[in-house]
Amino acid sequence: MEIILEQIINGLLVGSYYIVLALGLSLIFSLGGVVNLAHGAFYALGAYLAYEVQDQLGFGGAVVMAPIGVALIGIVIERFFLRRLYREDPMLGLLFTFGLALVAEQSLRMIWGSSGLPFAMPDALRGQLLLGDFIYSYYRLTVLGVSMLAIAGCWLLLNKTSFGLIVRAGTRDPEMVRALGIQLAPTLTAVFALGVALAGLAGVMSAPLAGVQPAMGTEVVTAAFVVVVIGGLGSFWGVVVAGLLVGVVRGITAIYYPPATEASMYLLMALILLVRPRGLMGERFEKFER
Amino acid sequence: MNHFSMQRRDLLKAGVIATVGFPAIIKAQSDVIKIGHLTPRTGFLGQVGDYGFKGATLAVQEVNAVGGVLGRKVEMIAEDSVKPDVAVTKAQKLIERDKVSCLIGEISPASALAIAEQALRYKTIFLNTGANSDALRGANCNKFMFHVEGSNTMYTKTIGTWLRTNNQIKGKKWYFLVADYAFGHDLYKVSSRFIEQYGGVNVGNDKIPTNTPDYSPYILKIRRAKPDVVYSCLAGVDLTTFLKQYREYNLPFRLTGGAMDTVLFWGAGQDAISGSWQSLWYHGLKNSSSVAFTKRFTEKFGMPPENQAWGDYVAVKIMLQSMAETKAIGGIKVVEHLEKGASFDVLKARPGVFRAWDHQLLQEMYVVSVKDKAKIKDKWDIFDVVMPVPGNNESLELIQPSREENACSMAA
Repeated sequence: MEIILEQIINGLLVGSYYIVLALGLSLIFSLGGVVNLAHGAFYALGAYLAYEVQDQLGFGGAVVMAPIGVALIGIVIERFFLRRLYREDPMLGLLFTFGLALVAEQSLRMIWGSSGLPFAMPDALRGQLLLGDFIYSYYRLTVLGVSMLAIAGCWLLLNKTSFGLIVRAGTRDPEMVRALGIQLAPTLTAVFALGVALAGLAGVMSAPLAGVQPAMGTEVVTAAFVVVVIGGLGSFWGVVVAGLLVGVVRGITAIYYPPATEASMYLLMALILLVRPRGLMGERFEKFER
Repeated sequence: MNHFSMQRRDLLKAGVIATVGFPAIIKAQSDVIKIGHLTPRTGFLGQVGDYGFKGATLAVQEVNAVGGVLGRKVEMIAEDSVKPDVAVTKAQKLIERDKVSCLIGEISPASALAIAEQALRYKTIFLNTGANSDALRGANCNKFMFHVEGSNTMYTKTIGTWLRTNNQIKGKKWYFLVADYAFGHDLYKVSSRFIEQYGGVNVGNDKIPTNTPDYSPYILKIRRAKPDVVYSCLAGVDLTTFLKQYREYNLPFRLTGGAMDTVLFWGAGQDAISGSWQSLWYHGLKNSSSVAFTKRFTEKFGMPPENQAWGDYVAVKIMLQSMAETKAIGGIKVVEHLEKGASFDVLKARPGVFRAWDHQLLQEMYVVSVKDKAKIKDKWDIFDVVMPVPGNNESLELIQPSREENACSMAA
């Protein structure tokens, strides 16, 4: 029993990190209707930028600056490329971001080389916390804290500001928002920047745990998709619940049948889609059901 | 959700397009000797494969600098074999269209097996430089495949011999972490057999999917199992990730494993690595040919060679030397030459010779231990070479599987 409880708590910890990754993906998809297959590339970029700045700014500085750097690059890509594709066939956005992911991975390889780069855990966050018979690393507790801050920040932004009101309205019915005389274009840019910045943040946080290498984004992006689909499109709390759920299900599978750890989240997704075709908290969205 | 699934399907189509890559060199000259280099350069083994490519490039350059082979220049055509199905396509393309004289490279045993089948079909020699699976030398051995890379048994017996002399096996509890694909399963089979044969106790083994980003669930399990030794049967990025996270939890159990690529330890960083491991070759070796190779490689690429760079470098040299000695551009004559005990400088204390019945290059390996942080000279300097195995006066067969352990029958 204790083993299961330990894995559940550990799964919740890991889940918080999935939420940060998936939240950005969900935001971009909800508002722009673009399936951002390059999300993993921005995640990797966050880690590489952190690698570059951590000597000068320390890890704390990297956690702040790398996502900002990723957001700036995101803004450029949105303004010059992605913006042209919002009103086109969704296939075009998909192909563009797919291509972007390949180009980005190869660029990382060309700039920083194909070998993994060492990324040391900050000294202050080394060590473990022992609670009874349970063990937690300080670093992972810090990741949990940063993730919760990011999640809370997003919630406040979406629910307590006029910017958030436009985003939510635009998600529901972009035509109506435009008809009311509100320009959606700047909001779309900001949401894309925010979304990829969250991916970058997740990348920075993963660097001390899993290292920095060009292909690091390709696998995580699938997990992020699964979380978004389980949670339900456009649902903030859906993503939060789904992220935690995926973390816990993976942890429990790891106790009983490790080979299925990766598969467990897909199975979970399939089961949930059978019962709730729009995901756990997905609502009916006119624009996605044509 | 219909919307989403439609896009997934289209995505698959796009993926197919993306896997058709481009050859590194397209240049046809009839009087050159072409060799095909085929190894994963992207994906989770990509960073290891890239060193192989660098090593092979250097070898070709050196041979050309002294006039080539049989008066002809050597040209290398390199391809990325990211997955087994891609490996087959690229192998056929190299042989049929580029007319290469031999294939060199590979790391993944599944891809190596796929390439070996093509090699046999076209009677083109394939020199395996990075796939460890015993089955490639045993059940799946064939007349046209030779192995510069060590087998899982060699890796296991190297570290195993050292652990035995340090009383770390008999009566000790062992926990295995196994990469869930052909390589990991094969390594787990030979290493758990070795441990149990010498009185060790297998208290747990987890088969873990490749590319797992988070090892914390397994580390928590290990902590509760309280083993004496944790044994990694992981490779590629997975080993780096595990090393870092094992260190994060600072468990007191001795860490070792059945496969080691230096690049993965460099990638984890000096703060995150621990334990004793084995290496087929390490740039800190002191013999003169190794020192000279390390110097030339570092001058060309600005970084020291990794063990995979050594493998592909030596393989190209072996192949070209054999062509010079037999005056044949690959094919059965070279196969027979290698089987008859031709000996090669493999940058080690003793020359290397292929074992006739399974085509394994007989050579010594090394036990290495992670260096004290205080004694480290630069960021590449991470291991102390503890000892060669077999020792200088022992038979090279000592770490090899016997015929009974790994039977191979080759149809000519």
